[in-house]
Amino acid sequence: MFETIIFSLLNGLVYGLLLFLLSSGLTLIFSMMGVLNLAHAGFYMLSAYFAYSISIHLGFWYGLLFAPLIVGFIGAMVERYGLRKVHKFGHVPELIFTFGVAFLLEELVQFVWGRNQLAYNKPEILEGSLFTLFGADFPIYKMFMLIVSVVIFIILLSVLKYTRTGLIIRAAVGHPNVVGMLGHNVPLIFMVTFGVGTALAGIAGAIAGPVLGTYPGMASGLGGIMFVVVIFGGLGSLGGAFIASLMIGLIQTFAIAIDASLSDVFLLMDIVITEQTFMYDIWVTSLSQVAPLIPYLMMVVMLIFRPAGLMGARES
Amino acid sequence: MSHLTRICRAESVVRKKRLRILWLCFAVILLALPLVTSNFGITILTQICVASVFALAYNMLLGQGGMLSFGHAVYFGLGGYASIHLMELVGNGVPVPLVLTPLFGGLFGLIAAFLIGSFSTRRAGTVFAMISFGIAELVAASAIILVSFFGGEEGVSSDRTMGPAFFGYEMIPQIEVYYFAAVWFFLATYAMYHFSRSPAGRLANAVRDNAERTQFIGYNPQKIRLVSFVASGFFAGVAGGIFAIQYEIVTDSNLNTAASGLVMLQAYIGGIGYFVGPVIGAIVMTLLNTVVSGVTDLWLLYTGLLFIGTVLLAPNGLTGLIMMHTDAYHNRKLATLIKPYLLGMLPLTAAFIGVVSLLEMFSHRNEAAVGDDSMLLFYIDVDISTWFPWVGFTLLSLLGLAGLRVVIPVVRASWDAANEMQILSNSTINNESDS
Repeated sequence: MFETIIFSLLNGLVYGLLLFLLSSGLTLIFSMMGVLNLAHAGFYMLSAYFAYSISIHLGFWYGLLFAPLIVGFIGAMVERYGLRKVHKFGHVPELIFTFGVAFLLEELVQFVWGRNQLAYNKPEILEGSLFTLFGADFPIYKMFMLIVSVVIFIILLSVLKYTRTGLIIRAAVGHPNVVGMLGHNVPLIFMVTFGVGTALAGIAGAIAGPVLGTYPGMASGLGGIMFVVVIFGGLGSLGGAFIASLMIGLIQTFAIAIDASLSDVFLLMDIVITEQTFMYDIWVTSLSQVAPLIPYLMMVVMLIFRPAGLMGARES
Repeated sequence: MSHLTRICRAESVVRKKRLRILWLCFAVILLALPLVTSNFGITILTQICVASVFALAYNMLLGQGGMLSFGHAVYFGLGGYASIHLMELVGNGVPVPLVLTPLFGGLFGLIAAFLIGSFSTRRAGTVFAMISFGIAELVAASAIILVSFFGGEEGVSSDRTMGPAFFGYEMIPQIEVYYFAAVWFFLATYAMYHFSRSPAGRLANAVRDNAERTQFIGYNPQKIRLVSFVASGFFAGVAGGIFAIQYEIVTDSNLNTAASGLVMLQAYIGGIGYFVGPVIGAIVMTLLNTVVSGVTDLWLLYTGLLFIGTVLLAPNGLTGLIMMHTDAYHNRKLATLIKPYLLGMLPLTAAFIGVVSLLEMFSHRNEAAVGDDSMLLFYIDVDISTWFPWVGFTLLSLLGLAGLRVVIPVVRASWDAANEMQILSNSTINNESDS
């Protein structure tokens, strides 16, 4: 019992921080431009593929360095030559455009790298386990993911809080028009933010590829959860995204570990569920089975009762 | 004043007459189409009927109500599941003619849309889109867990031939299924058209364009959105019902987010600003899905490229491209466009053949077995192990793209010329009526 809690806690933390790496860029873009970038997870996947290709030629570390840079550049170009063009038609075409990019990225990845999962491996230094607790191993690589995520979080926070660029970006999040009036090049800020945001997703892709698997479905697997984080945490709130990431990471890993269902609760009340009971399959569905559902349920409930999210200042 | 009203009335009579002729043509085309195609063609036509009803229903939200849904396949799928269960009941002796199945699917979709829409339509825009997405994920995941209604991963299936015959009509051969689908397609399209012209449809337009102002006039935007949403859910369920009859099986792949994305693609590629847009999108996408997918594995890539191209270059969709020519038509200048368009087709075709060939050769190099170097491209045998086709098709695409750069201004200029006269003739008409 105790070891399950410890390991769920650690795994949830790793997963949650990875989610934060993805959603931090997404929430910056969302709050500044009002566009929910549906292709964000696509860039995450693209980066994993680039990192794989670079890693087989130059090694893992070069992949980790260059893949996010390339993806960030591609992201900036998508903003410059795609999104900016669609912007004048309104928010709905923008959403549709990013949906199209997501669709295209998934097909493009299959076109170039094929449909199978790639053997994107961890570097040798990060193989093996860091410590063994109650007979279960905790891999070094997960600790590495944890450290990278935390370092990126600290860098991002300090850039936003303590530099002039960060000041302008924070201003542009809330009041892009006023920032434009003050003489800053708002389209350039948008482009750079979009590029940096996708690069952050790129880092997440490059470090997640070896553990979560590098395959064409990796974007749609994580994409939905990412929107949940951004919306649950609140529009434009990095703090909210941070809390929501950890919450969802922890809830999902704990839910997977728990094999109880409603029928167990009924059993405590001396009600036995059999196959003849009305709506039998609802009562016997275990918590681990519905774990993938929980985030979406959280999002829908949040959107109904508080569309601004946990810490969001305004509605979309 | 009375003169003006008389003109208006006369015009609307003409318009109504023309509309009636259009509906008649539509019915005749639907009836006559199977006569000119093969068996495979009839299957595709049936698919087009289903896809068109669904895409039209979707466009009641996106095009007419301004609500972007990422989860509309939920109502299609629920309608389909309900219809399969109804077919099963009919097979067990419940006396309901199976031709009414889509109505049952529609009612099921309507109830589901009412339950979900009662809270999701409170806001439009991104919030609505995200709620629809969340609901779609929830329902799609439930479809796998809740086996008794959804049948788990293998879905639920039934048999359309078990029910009582409807005036000697048993829906065993594919052609009868087609006529069943075509009749429902016609009825649904007729109903949706008149919905879009009804006060409820017009108010949906108003809420789409400016919800605040509509509220000021005294309407509740949420109620108006809900009405559109429920109606759209009904017709999505109808489409699901036709689908259930045709395939006799419904699985979770009919209501997941991929299915929802596909219907959005259809509506948008066709053109969400026009009533017929989604039908054109459904036709194009169904052909891509059935015919092109038989020729190449890359059809989804082409679909994505077509979609991105539409969003960037033709935001009014394929219908918008056709409708761009109404002014030229009224000016009787359409013929002047034939020559420049033919000129434009030349580099376009070159670029198309070049780029598609490069993509196909690249894909063949990746996918085919080692040593299998020959492939058929546009009726030409190509050996991809030599450098010649690579260089040749690259040159062809570059040449085509360069040619496009030269030709596009010419085409645009002649298009402008064909439309410019309109402003002149319009003003002369106005002058006449003023005097």
